[in-house]
Amino acid sequence: MSLGEYEKHWKSVVSQSVCDYFFEAQEKAADVENVPPVISTPHHYLISIYRDKLFFVSVIQTEVPPLFVIEFLHRVADTFQDYFGECSEAAIKDNVVIVYELLEEMLDNGFPLATESNILKELIKPPTILRSVVNSITGSSNVGDTLPTGQLSNIPWRRAGVKYTNNEAYFDVVEEIDAIIDKSGSTVFAEIQGVIDACIKLSGMPDLSLSFMNPRLLDDVSFHPCIRFKRWESERVLSFIPPDGNFRLISYRVSSQNLVAIPVYVKHSISFKENSSCGRFDITIGPKQNMGKTIEAITVTVHMPKVVLNMNLTPTQGSYTFDPVTKVLTWDVGKITPQKLPSLKGLVNLQSGAPKPEENPSLNIQFKIQQLAISGLKVNRLDMYGEKYKPFKGVKYVTKAGKFQVRT
Amino acid sequence: MTDSKYFTTTKKGEIFELKAELNSDKKEKKKEAVKKVIASMTVGKDVSALFPDVVNCMQTDNLELKKLVYLYLMNYAKSQPDMAIMAVNTFVKDCEDPNPLIRALAVRTMGCIRVDKITEYLCEPLRKCLKDEDPYVRKTAAVCVAKLHDINAQLVEDQGFLDTLKDLISDSNPMVVANAVAALSEIAESHPSSNLLDLNPQSINKLLTALNECTEWGQIFILDCLANYTPKDDREAQSICERVTPRLSHANSAVVLSAVKVLMKFMEMLSKDLDYYGTLLKKLAPPLVTLLSAEPELQYVALRNINLIVQKRPEVLKHEMKVFFVKYNDPIYVKLEKLDIMIRLASQANIAQVLAELKEYATEVDVDFVRKAVRAIGRCAIKVEQSAERCVSTLLDLIQTKVNYVVQEAIVVIKDIFRKYPNKYESVIATLCENLDSLDEPEARAAMIWIVGEYAERIDNADELLESFLEGFHDESTQVQLQLLTAIVKLFLKKPTETQELVQQVLSLATQDSDNPDLRDRGYIYWRLLSTDPVAAKEVVLAEKPLISEETDLIEPTLLDELICYIGTLASVYHKPPSAFVEGGRGVVHKSLPPRTASSESTESPETAPAGAPPGEQLDTVPTQGDLLGDLLNLDLGPPVSGPPLATSAVQMGAVDLLGGGLDSLMGDEPEGIGAPSFVAPPAAAVPANLGAPMGSGLSDLFDLTSGVGTLSGSYVAPKAVWLPAMKAKGLEISGTFTRQAGSISMDLQLTNKALQVMTDFAIQFNRNSFGLAPAAPLQVHAPLSPTQTVEISLPLSTAGSVMKTEPLNSLQVAVKNNIDVFYFSTLYPLHILFVEDGKMDRQVFLATWKDIPNENEAQFQIRDCPLNAEAVSSRLQSSSIFTVARRNVEGQDMLYQSLKLTNGIWVLAELRIQPGNPSFTLSLKCRAPEVSQHVYQAYETILKN
Repeated sequence: MSLGEYEKHWKSVVSQSVCDYFFEAQEKAADVENVPPVISTPHHYLISIYRDKLFFVSVIQTEVPPLFVIEFLHRVADTFQDYFGECSEAAIKDNVVIVYELLEEMLDNGFPLATESNILKELIKPPTILRSVVNSITGSSNVGDTLPTGQLSNIPWRRAGVKYTNNEAYFDVVEEIDAIIDKSGSTVFAEIQGVIDACIKLSGMPDLSLSFMNPRLLDDVSFHPCIRFKRWESERVLSFIPPDGNFRLISYRVSSQNLVAIPVYVKHSISFKENSSCGRFDITIGPKQNMGKTIEAITVTVHMPKVVLNMNLTPTQGSYTFDPVTKVLTWDVGKITPQKLPSLKGLVNLQSGAPKPEENPSLNIQFKIQQLAISGLKVNRLDMYGEKYKPFKGVKYVTKAGKFQVRT
Repeated sequence: MTDSKYFTTTKKGEIFELKAELNSDKKEKKKEAVKKVIASMTVGKDVSALFPDVVNCMQTDNLELKKLVYLYLMNYAKSQPDMAIMAVNTFVKDCEDPNPLIRALAVRTMGCIRVDKITEYLCEPLRKCLKDEDPYVRKTAAVCVAKLHDINAQLVEDQGFLDTLKDLISDSNPMVVANAVAALSEIAESHPSSNLLDLNPQSINKLLTALNECTEWGQIFILDCLANYTPKDDREAQSICERVTPRLSHANSAVVLSAVKVLMKFMEMLSKDLDYYGTLLKKLAPPLVTLLSAEPELQYVALRNINLIVQKRPEVLKHEMKVFFVKYNDPIYVKLEKLDIMIRLASQANIAQVLAELKEYATEVDVDFVRKAVRAIGRCAIKVEQSAERCVSTLLDLIQTKVNYVVQEAIVVIKDIFRKYPNKYESVIATLCENLDSLDEPEARAAMIWIVGEYAERIDNADELLESFLEGFHDESTQVQLQLLTAIVKLFLKKPTETQELVQQVLSLATQDSDNPDLRDRGYIYWRLLSTDPVAAKEVVLAEKPLISEETDLIEPTLLDELICYIGTLASVYHKPPSAFVEGGRGVVHKSLPPRTASSESTESPETAPAGAPPGEQLDTVPTQGDLLGDLLNLDLGPPVSGPPLATSAVQMGAVDLLGGGLDSLMGDEPEGIGAPSFVAPPAAAVPANLGAPMGSGLSDLFDLTSGVGTLSGSYVAPKAVWLPAMKAKGLEISGTFTRQAGSISMDLQLTNKALQVMTDFAIQFNRNSFGLAPAAPLQVHAPLSPTQTVEISLPLSTAGSVMKTEPLNSLQVAVKNNIDVFYFSTLYPLHILFVEDGKMDRQVFLATWKDIPNENEAQFQIRDCPLNAEAVSSRLQSSSIFTVARRNVEGQDMLYQSLKLTNGIWVLAELRIQPGNPSFTLSLKCRAPEVSQHVYQAYETILKN
């Protein structure tokens, strides 16, 4: 496996030259995001992911499920993120020995070993400024010398002996709306991708039950391994002993069209005149099905056609930028006040003599609504068993735009 | 303080400095030094010189330091095997450490040191660790067995580790079970025949129990292992399915897909009437759809698998069309896959939505994607009859955009629509004709010409249109030339009076002025047909065309069934069975779906339901993908079966001069014509004397027989190899090889009787294969074969057998019968036995063909360690019927341009680059059937290296 220019071998050593095939594919794909994730070379297969502007490439010699490899690579990136606060070339370079130690703990002979952050942190302590200072004074090490307790128990995701003075359990219900809206404003496709992320800081071995007001909404779910599937099947209650710290409890999908509300609408008119070097651009955003909440942090991104040289626009609120190289127009709108709907209009300058663009640009909308799960999902209650103390509990809801695209 | 400081040490004296630090008394300094060494190692610097110093740091109670030293050891032990021995004692000691973490670490690291001498010392500690009281150590040791097996398989078997590993499947700890399964699966991969994972209901039960409790990765190993099991009946299949379905809700997509594989496979055994079957179908859809909201890389793999699943069981996702709608910021590889699945799911119910989407895509920016979208519209029209009209009007709208590549793509698909629905949409022809001038791609030009020829009677100025193409005839690609020739002949047959001159012109262009044998052949066929028997010409050329199949790129059912067993693997991403791409074909077992059991379905006998698919479903489409034969006459000459009743409206035939004699018979009165046919033979220069030979005798002998000098000497013959060992065939051993001499192929066999009884009544049969190889005579063993006797037989082969594409292309399955039993074996034949002796292409034709074959069809290979020079190469290849058409010297390199032809008419063009003094040659192959390139390359290797 190689990280940019870092490599680690688990079985026999594979020559670095195999990466040339990858670089070749990378060159061929105009955009880094279009590099195919599975590439075959005469003797190996290269499976890669692209994350945080880094490629993680693994070299495969025998038949291995590609999803297995891709999932693992994402897990490696997650771990770096978790350990170093960011997954970047600089972070990896600064911590190269830890990276090497981590990789060694995560994989053995092609078999994943410890990939749970809870366990890894017991084996290898994450770097902190304080710790490295202490270490260099006392000569102690940042490698644990006892067997991680979770490794072999029935709950491998939780370490033993967790202690907190403030016991807290917080849940974030985050829903993203993926949608394609056609020219006329009707919904071609819409679904909600939801997750419940948890931040659990509870002492001992708490056993939690989370129930919902309307569990029927959740018919397509993916669970963290800690959830007892049988309980869910029979009672529609999430029952689990949580890992310590931050983790994703469930992810779910709501697709039935009538349940997916579309909180904004966009009025648009983008036109290019035949045989003229200019066009008109006019978009307005307004609220729709927003359940009475404020829609904020709106941004509109548009990939304009190649022949567009520049744009001369006036926003009624917020600010816009147009990058003449990438042809990307970004309008940072802010929030919608229904009394005065935000709009952006003006002229588009085209390359003179070029034919009028065929394709109409799609509008990519981002927004956020606090205190609302657009699907209507509501947590009913959280109960804790197995420990005596009373924890602080909290649930937060937020709805965002996912891949939200308006065709023009 | 970050680790980046380790990279900043100056080059000069770096090693020396490190050495000093490593030998320091201070623990902390030592550790820092080892860290620096590791950092240098990861970026590829050579720090092997420090080996003894680093190993000295190994004896420490500091776990971090120990780990770092272990990391170093794993990396460099191979280059310093003698030094590595020094470390053995510490390893053995560590394997006895009271701390299980250290025991496990030691055994894990030892397994990674790939030095033979070390492996001997590893056995004892490993044996202990496999029985360790701590499950953490046991599970680590299980993996170590797989590592050791990779280094020295024999040792592992001799030491009985495999049995210990099998015992671990019954371990009380689920993680140990999972690792044992993983290790056994890996070992079994290199031992396909061994019964390592001998699964029975008891062990399955243990696996299912462990499945619920082990880590996500362990679940994948267990599920993949379960997928290889064949339940004894549908009840067992159902109970396994019930216990696997909860995995569909797992957050790890690899777990989900492995579970899908198990379910898809075992569903095969369930009766469709069962309630449970329906429940299962419903449960499969949501997890598959969920995979599509994951990261794009995961989506890609998921989509490739979904593509297989919807071909096998379209009902699973038939209501989920919308999730495959393309988002404009999807990576291109995701877009293309989604499009493919959209077409597969298109039906009358959702076609309106699909079309609206496709039309949207056709205005996007990415050219490849737009083209595919336009094609998709055409495919929808062909698939869903009710939508055809709407599709055609959508295509017309797109043509109006005048975007060049959109127009061309649209015309290509409209041609297919015309073929599927003849005489329905001709009203659009006028619009198509308006765009004639903008077509610059051969495929689009050919499609347009086909349309004009096919509907010549309705296009008033068809002759003018076709004539306009004729002007630049020689600049057109072969595809267009062939199409033009046929179209004009069609036109002539439909409107004989006005187009005589035109047809004469094209025939003479094709036969006299062209160097392309395909074109000449076709020209002669038409010419002769028209002059001798115009009735037949009409029957042949204007025959009703076979309908094109609804879906053009369906995977062949048997391959599909095999691929379903490989869901989630690389095979599923490439849509090829592992045998087609796994290195050396090592350990490839063909998998097949379990047969449906009869217990609940007594009405359906196993024969009528192979692999469980309802017989009806398999028949209604003909996959055209595997059509290797390269359809010489392109699409316009359907098989001359039952032509339409002859039109009797042929008028004024008498006026036709050139072809007059023959054409008279169109009237049907005198089949012989009037006396001697007045056929004007083409100039003798172009046609050798044997023009009068019956057509069936092969038009190829019209050309250039003499050029194949020295071909009679015969091509390279590989030494005989054992094909069927005696132990597999009750004492009959068969070895053999293939030869080609003077144009005839034979299989040289050596039969040895290693049994104690006499063998008689030999017979041989081949399975259908890619090139139609078949015995040309029965297998003749004259006298009975007595024990220990050997007989040599040369079996002549023909290529007239029935054709079925095999995988790999050159595999041949053979059945040999004698008085004892029937035995089967399969072998690979070298492709060069199929190189025909008249495979020398004319230089001009070569040049044109090379340009004409699209670049995607070009494959490049390296031939290494070949000491020959260009002349020797050329003459050696020539004796195996690979002909050097031209030779050039470019910047000191010899470029050989070569051609060869296979028995089924496929031409392969080659460019061989030879640098004097460099034993590596570069071989570029171009062929219209690129599947053969790999095998042709192998033939080059074989011929040049022997």
